[in-house]
Amino acid sequence: MSLPAASARIGETMLSVESISLAFGGVKALTEVTFDVREGEIRAIIGPNGAGKSSMLNVINGVYHPQQGTVRFKGEARRKVDPHQAAAQGIARTFQNIALFKGMTVLDNIMTGRSLKMRATLLEQAIYLGRNRREELEHRAKVEEIIDFLQIEHVRKTPVGRLPYGLQKRVELARALAAEPVLLLLDEPMAGMNVEEKQDMCRFILDVNDEFGTTIVLIEHDMGVVMDISDRIVVLDYGCKIADGYPAEVRSNQAVIDAYLGVAH
Amino acid sequence: MNAPLRPAQAADTFPKLLLDHARVRPYETCMREKDLGIWQAWTWAQVADEVRAFALGLTTLGFARGENLAIIGDNRPQLYWAMASAQCLGGVPVPLYQDAVAEEMIYILADADVRVAVVEDQEQVDKLLEIKGRLPRLEYIIYEDPRGMRHYKQNFLHRYGELQERGRSLHRDFPAMFDAEVAQGQDSDVAIMLYTSGTTGKPKGVCHTHRALIVAARGGCEFDRLGPSDEILSYLPMAWVGDNLFSYAEALVAGFTINCPESGDTVMTDMREIGPTFYFAPPRVFENLLTQLTIRMEDASRIKRWLFKYFLAVARRCGAEILDRRPGVRTKDRLLYALGHLLVYAPLRNVLGMSRIRVAYTAGAAIGPDLFRFYRSIGINLKQLYGSTETCAYVCLQPDGQIKLDSVGLPAPGVEVKIGENGEVLVKSLAMLREYYKRPDATAEVFDEHGYFRTGDAGFFDPDGHLKIIDRAKDVGRLVSGAVFAPNYIENKLKFFPYVKEAVAFGHDRDMVCAFINIDLGAVGNWAERRGIAYSGYTDLAAKPEVYQLIQECVEQINAELAADPMVADSQVHRFLVLHKELDPDDDELTRTRKVRRGFIAEKYAVLVDALYGGKESCFIETEVKFEDGRKGNIRADVKIRDAKVFPAPQPKSATQQMRKEAAHA
Repeated sequence: MSLPAASARIGETMLSVESISLAFGGVKALTEVTFDVREGEIRAIIGPNGAGKSSMLNVINGVYHPQQGTVRFKGEARRKVDPHQAAAQGIARTFQNIALFKGMTVLDNIMTGRSLKMRATLLEQAIYLGRNRREELEHRAKVEEIIDFLQIEHVRKTPVGRLPYGLQKRVELARALAAEPVLLLLDEPMAGMNVEEKQDMCRFILDVNDEFGTTIVLIEHDMGVVMDISDRIVVLDYGCKIADGYPAEVRSNQAVIDAYLGVAH
Repeated sequence: MNAPLRPAQAADTFPKLLLDHARVRPYETCMREKDLGIWQAWTWAQVADEVRAFALGLTTLGFARGENLAIIGDNRPQLYWAMASAQCLGGVPVPLYQDAVAEEMIYILADADVRVAVVEDQEQVDKLLEIKGRLPRLEYIIYEDPRGMRHYKQNFLHRYGELQERGRSLHRDFPAMFDAEVAQGQDSDVAIMLYTSGTTGKPKGVCHTHRALIVAARGGCEFDRLGPSDEILSYLPMAWVGDNLFSYAEALVAGFTINCPESGDTVMTDMREIGPTFYFAPPRVFENLLTQLTIRMEDASRIKRWLFKYFLAVARRCGAEILDRRPGVRTKDRLLYALGHLLVYAPLRNVLGMSRIRVAYTAGAAIGPDLFRFYRSIGINLKQLYGSTETCAYVCLQPDGQIKLDSVGLPAPGVEVKIGENGEVLVKSLAMLREYYKRPDATAEVFDEHGYFRTGDAGFFDPDGHLKIIDRAKDVGRLVSGAVFAPNYIENKLKFFPYVKEAVAFGHDRDMVCAFINIDLGAVGNWAERRGIAYSGYTDLAAKPEVYQLIQECVEQINAELAADPMVADSQVHRFLVLHKELDPDDDELTRTRKVRRGFIAEKYAVLVDALYGGKESCFIETEVKFEDGRKGNIRADVKIRDAKVFPAPQPKSATQQMRKEAAHA
C-alpha cells in the first residue's frame, strides 16, 4: 500500500550505490551493482537465496568493504567506513537472525540502541551523577516513546530470551529506532512470522516511515509484503542486479519471473 | 480508616461533586494514568480544569443540553473527562464497548442520535469513518491520541487538545459561562446512557439519572466504608455499568483515586505497582490468576512447593474464619496462620497485586467454591454482589463477615427486594433506570403494577435473608409436587466438580429430578490413569463402573447440599446417567457460548430420558455425530443408569423468612 502522499514524502537521493563488486576469494557475492535510495522511501531488495542481498546491506553499513565501486551517502563518497562510523552517520539495522542480548530486559536492550548518543564519561555513568543523570532521563523518555510506538509496554521488564519470536523481532526494530536513524536497514524483518505478526510488522514499518520520516531499505522474501509496502524494488540474482523499479514494473519483469521460477542458467 | 463521606445536599450531580472536591481538596490526587512508563497524576483541581476546558470546547461544536455524546475507547482519563464534560453541559454520555466492530456500533450510534463522538485513537476513528456514510446525524469525531492521524484531513475530525484550547480561550472571555452551565444541572437529569448487551433482541439504552447513580454510589461507599484514601484500578470496559459505578460514580462520591492502566496487556503489572484497595473482576479473571500461580508454583524449588502446600492447607482450614473474625478457631491454627501469612500469604498477595485490598468484588457469573475459598483463605476480602445495568449494579451485596458462597448477599441499603409469584426477583429502589431510551413499551414491560423492576432472574431468600440467584426466570420450572425446579442451579453445582464437564437436569412437570452428566475427559482420564484403569476413549471411559462410582459421589454430595436448603431440597438428583458422547456445539447440543440447549437435548435423547423416569437399569442408544471434517458417524452404547442417594429435607423456616422481609423493608 503506497500512500497517496508518497510522491510528496519522497525527496532527493540519500544513498547511492555505484557499481559495487564484492568477492570472497573466488566467490563473487556482488557484481557491478548500482542503485539509489531516495530520502523518505521504502526500498526493497529481493532475490532468491544467495543472491547477495544481505551482503549488499553489509556493504552499506560498512561490515564488508567492496573491492570495487563507491557508496555515496548524503552526497559524500565513503572510503572504508566501519559499522561504528556508519551508525554515527545515522544508519541503523536489524539482523536476519535476531541479535539481541537474550538475558537483558526489553528496556535495557532498547537502551543499548542509545549508547551512541550518550555523552557522559564512564566515571559519571558509574556513579550516576552530573550530566549522566539528566542524560539517562532523556534517553529513557525517548526509549519509552518507542516502546509506546511499537506497543511493547507489556513486556518492558521481561528478559528478551523469554519472548516469542515475533516480539523479539519487534524489540530488535525498537533498538534500531532508538538510535534515531535517518536510514534503517532491515534484514528480513518478517522471516519466520505468522500472518498476523507479519501484518503487525508491516504496519509498524509503514508507521516508522510515515511518523519519523525514516528512510528504509529492507530485504524480504514474502512477495506480497514487498509489493504492498515498498516504493521501489531492486532485484538481485547471483550477485547481479536484474531489475529495478516500481512494484508493478518488477512484477511483470521476465528476468525476475525466471529468477524466481528457476530457469536453467 | 476513611473519614465519613461529605454531606450531599449541595452536590446533587456529578459535575457539582467534581467541583466540590476541587474546591475542598484541590491538591489531592484524583486520577492517574501510566503513560510512557511513568504514572502521571492529576489533582482534583487539574481534573476540574481539564473538564471545564473540554466542556466549553464542546459548546463550540454546538453541543447542547439533552444531547448524547458517544465515548469509545479504553479507560483513559481523557475519556472520563469527556463523560464529565457532557454532564456539565446537561448532555448524556453514551460509552460504547471499544472492541465492538464498526457494524455493531451503527445500531447504537443511530439509536442514540449521536452527533458528536469522542474516541481514543486512530483505530476507533477508522471504525467510525467506515460507517459514517450510514450515520447521517454523526457530524463530529474527536480523537484523543494523535498518533497516525497526520494524514487525516477531514474537517469534521478534531483533536481532543485542540477542542480544549478552544474551551480555554472561551473561558478567558466568558469566565462565568461554565459555572452557569453546571448550576443548571439537576439530579433528575439523565446522567448516563448504557446499552444492554442485546442478547435477546436489539440493545436498549438504559437511562440513569444523577440521583439514581449517586444513591447507588453512596450506598456502596458507605456499605464498604470507601473514602478518599482508596485506590481503584479502572480496567473494565467503560460501557459496562460496573465500571461506571465503581470508577466514576463512587470515585466522585467518595473522592478516591482512579488509576488507568497503560494498556490492556499490562493490567497485571500495573496492578502490582498501584496496589489498589478496592477491586472488581469477573470470576474468569480470578480463575486465570490462580491458574498462572499454580503453574509458576510447580516450577518453584521443592522447599517453596512444600511451604505453599502446607500453608495453603492451613489457610483452607481456618483462613476464611479468621478473615470473618468468627470464633472457634484453635490457637494452634491461629499461630500457624500468622506464620503462614509471613511466609506464604503476604508474598502471594504481593505477587497478585492484592497486598492492600480491603474489598474485592466478583459478579457476572457463578464462581467456583474452591476458587472463592482460595482467595478468602489467603486473606483477600473477596465478596459477591448482584445487580444489572438497569439497577446500577446495586441490588445485593455481601456484608463483611457474612459471606456465603452460593448467595449474593443481603439487599443493599435502600433497596427493596422481593420474590414474585413465579420465583422472579423483583427490585424497587432509587438506584433504578428512569427509562429505556425511546422505548416506553419496553420500560412499561419491565416494571410490575407496584413499580417493582423485573430482573428476569429467579431466586429465593435463604433462612438468613441472603438472596440466592438460581437461574433465569424463564428457565425455571416446577416439579409435580409444586416445588421450584431451577435446572441451571443444579447443573452449575455439578459443574463445579472438575470431573463434570456438562450436566443437563430434567424435572419440569415430573415427579423427581434426573440428570445427564458429561465427564471431563482430561480430569477423569487423569484420575483413571492414576488408578490404573485402562480405557480406549470417551465412550469406554464414561461407561466404567469406577467412573460411575466417582460421579455418584459427586451427585450425592450436591444432594446433601441441596437437602440443607428447604427451597431446593426437592430438586435433589434421584437418578443420573453418564452420557456416552460429549455434548458438542457441532451437534447443536450446546450453543456457541457453550450453554446447554436443554430442550433440544431432551428431544434428541428422549429414549434416555424415558429410561431415567421409567426406572430402567440401562438403555441402548445409537447417536449420529458430526465430525470436524463434516463426515457423519454413529456412536452406539448401552448407557447404564444409577440411583443416587437422596436426603430428607429439613422443615422450612418460614419465621426467619418473614424476618428477612421486614429487614429488607426497613
